[in-house]
Amino acid sequence: MKFLNEYRDPELAQKYLDEIHKTATKNWTIMEVCGGQTHSLVKNGILSLLPEKIRMVHGPGCPVCVTPLHLIDKAVHLATEKNAILCSFGDMLRVPGSEKSLLEAKAEGADVRILYSPLEAVKIAQENPNKQVVFFAVGFETTAPANALSVIHAQRAGLTNYSILASQVLVPPAMEAVINDDENIIQAFLAAGHVCTIMGLSEYEPLVEKYKIPMVVTGFEPIDLLQGILMTVRQLEKGEYKLENQYSRVVKPEGNPEAQKVIKQVFEVSHREWRGIGEIPLSGYAVKPEFADFDANIKFDIQLEQVKECPDCIAGQVLKGLKKPNECSQFAKKCTPINPLGAPMVSSEGACAAYYHFSPPTPEGEESTILAEVGGQIHD
Amino acid sequence: MQLQCPLPKMDFDVITLGHGSGGLLTHQLLESGVFDVLKNDLLDTQHDGAVFSLEGKMAFSTDSFVISPIFFPGGNIGSLAVHGTVNDLAMCGAIPKYLSLSFIIEEGLPMNDFWEILLSIKVACEEAGVQVITGDTKVVEKGKGDKIFINTTGIGTVPQNANISTKNIKKGDKIIISNSIAAHGIAIMSLREGLSFESEIESDSRALNGIVKTLIERFGEDIHLLRDATRGGLASVLNEIAQFTALGIEISQAKIPLEEQVAGACEILGLDPLYVANEGVFVAFVAPEIADKCVDLLQTQAGSQAAAIVGEVVEAHPKKVVLTSGIGGRRVVSLLPGEQLPRIC
Repeated sequence: MKFLNEYRDPELAQKYLDEIHKTATKNWTIMEVCGGQTHSLVKNGILSLLPEKIRMVHGPGCPVCVTPLHLIDKAVHLATEKNAILCSFGDMLRVPGSEKSLLEAKAEGADVRILYSPLEAVKIAQENPNKQVVFFAVGFETTAPANALSVIHAQRAGLTNYSILASQVLVPPAMEAVINDDENIIQAFLAAGHVCTIMGLSEYEPLVEKYKIPMVVTGFEPIDLLQGILMTVRQLEKGEYKLENQYSRVVKPEGNPEAQKVIKQVFEVSHREWRGIGEIPLSGYAVKPEFADFDANIKFDIQLEQVKECPDCIAGQVLKGLKKPNECSQFAKKCTPINPLGAPMVSSEGACAAYYHFSPPTPEGEESTILAEVGGQIHD
Repeated sequence: MQLQCPLPKMDFDVITLGHGSGGLLTHQLLESGVFDVLKNDLLDTQHDGAVFSLEGKMAFSTDSFVISPIFFPGGNIGSLAVHGTVNDLAMCGAIPKYLSLSFIIEEGLPMNDFWEILLSIKVACEEAGVQVITGDTKVVEKGKGDKIFINTTGIGTVPQNANISTKNIKKGDKIIISNSIAAHGIAIMSLREGLSFESEIESDSRALNGIVKTLIERFGEDIHLLRDATRGGLASVLNEIAQFTALGIEISQAKIPLEEQVAGACEILGLDPLYVANEGVFVAFVAPEIADKCVDLLQTQAGSQAAAIVGEVVEAHPKKVVLTSGIGGRRVVSLLPGEQLPRIC
């Protein structure tokens, strides 16, 4: 736990909190871009420790949440109708498709497997030559290198039964979409540390300059977040706007060139639909034509009816930071992790799930509205 | 402790449907296997059930075990099946006496595996001081089970000075965790994911009746509630109690015992240790006056050396468990909607 405990030190956290309280003289609205940051803020109770002047708004950086409905339907279809072994990261399984989630498909007998790495899926393809194996390649720039590498490995091994169903999205275009939204209220960003580990800082400088907005590349531990918030508040208070790197122990200015090379080999930048937000130009990766044999979208011609999202779900506004999860009329009422109306309620990086699971305690004596719904459970 | 008795001569290397038929193969498996290993006066009658007498107040509990993989560091499905029911009885304040033991075996299970499981059951029963006095063996076709499922049901006697009930919990009660959490779940997950660490993480599966007996002898009715934090981990148990009592529970993350290696594995696997299963850890709600003495006593016992007071019962935020994080922030700890699923990044 070395290199982690240092970033969870209570005394150091208090020092940063004191400094934030001292520094903030005006009201500021800051967006943490990544869902991992949202969860850390809520899980560590940081939101309850920040001054009221600082309003943290939760960003679109939850890959599971922005994966379009029709792609989930496709994944379910591949597993149930095409008899494929559908491999996925764990997060994706509970996300509702238009009819069912992958977890429900699994319960009905489909071969759906939870993996930690797409390279395991390549191994499964080697071990099951008579079955099609599809990896649901979801994620931001962070997962793209491993997903690309799986395609390269499969090609090298001469596999004809491996493909990826890609839903790769990119952070900078999403941040730009947030800034350009007519109702935007964001005054500064905590940029996503892990994405920058891969891509470096160069994509963010132009955004800072163009929109004159402070940006601090920030990590995920409590001390990282507090330091990132302090750096952001200092810029805001001084009226400055620049790109700073709080997460320099991990993020190098040039990123990870090897990983970038692998991404470029397999993927090309393309337009992408974001669930809840709509299409953002040049905001994702698609598998290059020369790897079409490994692109499940091309390999399996699946025509599914386009289904509309639940009209009660305000996931789009939550993802753009316009609304907080508990400002949704359905939050913890019609929409719960057991019966989610939208993806942010089920993904472990979703802001709605973070609020649901780790919400700050209500004042003394107030009846819990949240836990009452979960109901009892028969114990062991 | 591991028994190293050789497998008696059997006509098959694997369990077949015939072993569950009630015919000759069943008899061979029972006579030279189960009855011989688990031998005791009540079992030896080989009747449809066991006839016995027990005095006074009793506790009765059942549990089924479907763990995969069936062998894991620190135990196997056999020892787990004994510990599970023994611990459920112990959590009632009872002294476990007798168990029933039912196997549902998938055909094709290697006889050697069955033998190893049976020997573990014997050892676990001896260590916990219980006897298997009745049982059943069924074999299902390949694909209709997962190697072996075990059900155990247990009965025990409750001493006069034990009064364990959720109803006894009061505002101000201290909450004690008996040992470091999350080892069982992480041992299993590491095995499933093929992860290895500098030193192997072992399941904490163990019988807790000895420790509980010592506690009750010493503190009697000041022990208000005992619960083992199995499926769903510490967070789920505390939530169930908060909801049932309509009281609030406060815990402090910094005080929850967690071994560094297990904590590291949780980080790697993306799991919250508060929700990870334990098989040898219990939560005790005790009168505040005895809490420190209780921890002192636990720390002298094998299997509870990391015991600690982690929180208390409050009137504020009824039905909710509120955790003070390592850096002093506060948040609600809720029930999970299902299994913990590893995250993307």
